Amino acid sequence: MPSNPTPNAETDEVALICARYGDDPHRMLDILRDVQDRFRHISRPAMREVSRCTGLTEVAVEGVASFYAFFSDTPKGRITIRLCDDIIDRFAGLAKITAAFEEALGISLGETSADGAFSLETTPCIGMCDQAPAAMINDSIFTALTPEKVRHIAAALKNGQRPEDVISDSFDALTPYERAQRMVKNNIRHAGAVLLGPVPEDAGLKKAITVPSGQIIDTIEKSGLRGCGGAGFTTGMKWRFASKAEKTRRFIICNADEGEPGTFKDRVLLTERPHLLIEGMTIAARAVGAEEGILYLRGEYVYLRDLLEEVLAERRAQGRLGKDILGVPGFNFDIRLQMGAGAYICGEEGALISSCEGLPGEPKTRPPFPVTHGYLGFPTVVNNVETFCHAARIMDRGPQWFFDMGAEGSHGTKLFSVSGDCINPGIYELPYGLSVRELLAMAGGEDAAAVLVGGPSGTMIARDTFDRKLTFDDLATGGAVVVFSRDRNILEIVEYYMSFFVHESCGYCTPCRVGNVFLQKAIGKFRAGLANPADIAYLRDLSATIIETSRCGLGMTSPNPILSTLDNFPLVYSAMVKPPKDRLRATFDIQAAISDGRALAKRRSQIYDTDFSK
Amino acid sequence: MSGFSFKIDGVKVTAEEGQTIMEAADAAGIYIPRLCDHEGLRHQGGCRVCTVKAGGRSVAACTQPAAPDLVVENETPHITKLRRDLVGMLFNEGNHLCPICEASGNCELQAMAYRLGMTEPTRFPYLEPCRPVDASHPDIALDTNRCISCGRCVRASADVDGKGIFGYVGRGIHRHIAVGGPDLAHTDAAVTDFAISAEVCPVGCIIRKREGFARPIGDRDYDKHLIGHEIEKKRDE
Repeated sequence: MPSNPTPNAETDEVALICARYGDDPHRMLDILRDVQDRFRHISRPAMREVSRCTGLTEVAVEGVASFYAFFSDTPKGRITIRLCDDIIDRFAGLAKITAAFEEALGISLGETSADGAFSLETTPCIGMCDQAPAAMINDSIFTALTPEKVRHIAAALKNGQRPEDVISDSFDALTPYERAQRMVKNNIRHAGAVLLGPVPEDAGLKKAITVPSGQIIDTIEKSGLRGCGGAGFTTGMKWRFASKAEKTRRFIICNADEGEPGTFKDRVLLTERPHLLIEGMTIAARAVGAEEGILYLRGEYVYLRDLLEEVLAERRAQGRLGKDILGVPGFNFDIRLQMGAGAYICGEEGALISSCEGLPGEPKTRPPFPVTHGYLGFPTVVNNVETFCHAARIMDRGPQWFFDMGAEGSHGTKLFSVSGDCINPGIYELPYGLSVRELLAMAGGEDAAAVLVGGPSGTMIARDTFDRKLTFDDLATGGAVVVFSRDRNILEIVEYYMSFFVHESCGYCTPCRVGNVFLQKAIGKFRAGLANPADIAYLRDLSATIIETSRCGLGMTSPNPILSTLDNFPLVYSAMVKPPKDRLRATFDIQAAISDGRALAKRRSQIYDTDFSK
Repeated sequence: MSGFSFKIDGVKVTAEEGQTIMEAADAAGIYIPRLCDHEGLRHQGGCRVCTVKAGGRSVAACTQPAAPDLVVENETPHITKLRRDLVGMLFNEGNHLCPICEASGNCELQAMAYRLGMTEPTRFPYLEPCRPVDASHPDIALDTNRCISCGRCVRASADVDGKGIFGYVGRGIHRHIAVGGPDLAHTDAAVTDFAISAEVCPVGCIIRKREGFARPIGDRDYDKHLIGHEIEKKRDE
């Protein structure tokens, strides 16, 4: 790229970036993010320099650089447009948005313009399903796109304006909160008693410093609070394990990497309740005796970075983070913000820790569990954003208050992010135990033909079971509720979600790495009308192996889009199968198989050759 | 609690605190099939071929700690079916053409398929990747079409040789073994490295040049015995 410095100047700058992070290999994600931002890619010489500065091997640096979707080894445009390629965005008109960008910029999807100004690509769900179609343009978010809006944005960018200027002509004068608000609507449709209603400032933390740490854990345990990220582990128990582990250092990590397609509840808490989140983390630190915390923010939510940094700085200045918090001698705790870089798997507890350590986001071998051997081998509590917020409120209002809300085994309230074919997509804070039908009535989605609860790793249900309850024991969910009308093609949805899991599998273990590709191909056969009756049993059989042998939760749930639709929409599959013709395999296309040979022999076919001109 | 016992397929096995199920099984002469695990290297738990049922849960025997009175199922029809699927995935992920492969007869992937009774093609599609061959080094060649991503070379080079020549790059189905720098000739790899030795690469990916067919077909590691024979022999003694 003409604007890039000479190779020597590049490596000098890379060395400076490494020095900013103390040449610490555990800060690899930060280092590579900065290199990517500065040079729009991570070149081979840059990797070599990072390797030299941090003491890692070059292939280890490449291993990290090649793992995360936001890093690139070829130069990206100075303005990189990432269109959100979720199924909701596709249904909301992604194809038209793509075409509008392609026309306005003169490049195709996946390309970078010759002058290095623009790149146009897609990225999986960026957490804006309630205002699709959406896109990231560098670090800014644009939502509810229309072809007209795209033409306006593209014209301004081509005119030399920054993406920020397109959002507001006084962008730099706005507060971080105002900036976030200009970019993204939070669509709070129903505020419940715990999180989105009125919340007194630091009331929970003030009570937490008056009691012994064991009592904090007792309180959280008695409240019945379970992890809100999806797995639903009992929070109090997690804290207790970490507090008992004999180690010198302990860590509190907040998982703000919500990436399950259709989930955007943490986005709203991070914007509207950041103090409550940090308060919850601080209470957890007090409970388990941790002095260090990490807030892991998904790369797609980089637009919230300044807002969160400001909140952390403010709390440090007020003595609510740092040394002797609230004047309590020896109560020390601080938090660093760790940005992700585009990897759904990092929402998995072990993978998140790996990523914080500067490694590829691969899950860790369990046991040992993070509560005893987590970040850098020290006891670590990893909780979801919503879980920490709940914990802070429980400390203020007491465990019974929380326990009495919700249902047996699923206490308190839950944030549901509702999107898709409904009138009022957005956030609903409701007690556990509501039926899907009741939630649909609130969201104006009564006409739904199918509802996906818990995102693709959850369950897709049909109209006949809309009375099922939103609880851990019936329909568990990290928050995603995606509504599909009867105009939607179930197999198209399933194929999309399988391609998502193929894209997001880390590749560490065989069944998830390879098996999901086989599943995706098998669904493709159904879509193309080439499946036979035995393929239904094959789908179930292969899914069972993947679930049983995978190393982490991703592979243990990735076949769910197929299994839950086979169970709940069996006719969709049986309508697509045809008995095989005698001795013929439907997927074998003889003309495709011999096309290379035909080309070599210069025997072209006007019927079978896709491009006759070559 | 220094020593304790548990059961694998009904056979009583003794173990020490901190041993994995596989370590205890090996010592007792019970073979649990595995591909990514190798004696002397860190456990990885990636190939999942060593999946067993322990206390009713499916786990990787190479990383799962043994526990007192644990009931482990190893060679049951159900577990063997899972292992066949996993080995089938590894075959179809790469390009494994046994009849023309120098490793045939010494290949652990091939031997595992025989042990598991895989005698016909599976229903799995062939992914037919097109991966480059790296023949740049004077003494070593890499044909990654045959790689099964077991990572034994990665751990051998990093932990035993202290060189860190190999590593994983990429993600998901694109994750693969790579070398530091443009090719193997630009690393300090030597044919004498443990990572390059015959015992580390289970398939025909790492090739020592000028060594082809040193041992004739019919006289190779798995021509006379099933894979795992070395471990099972201990039990007979």
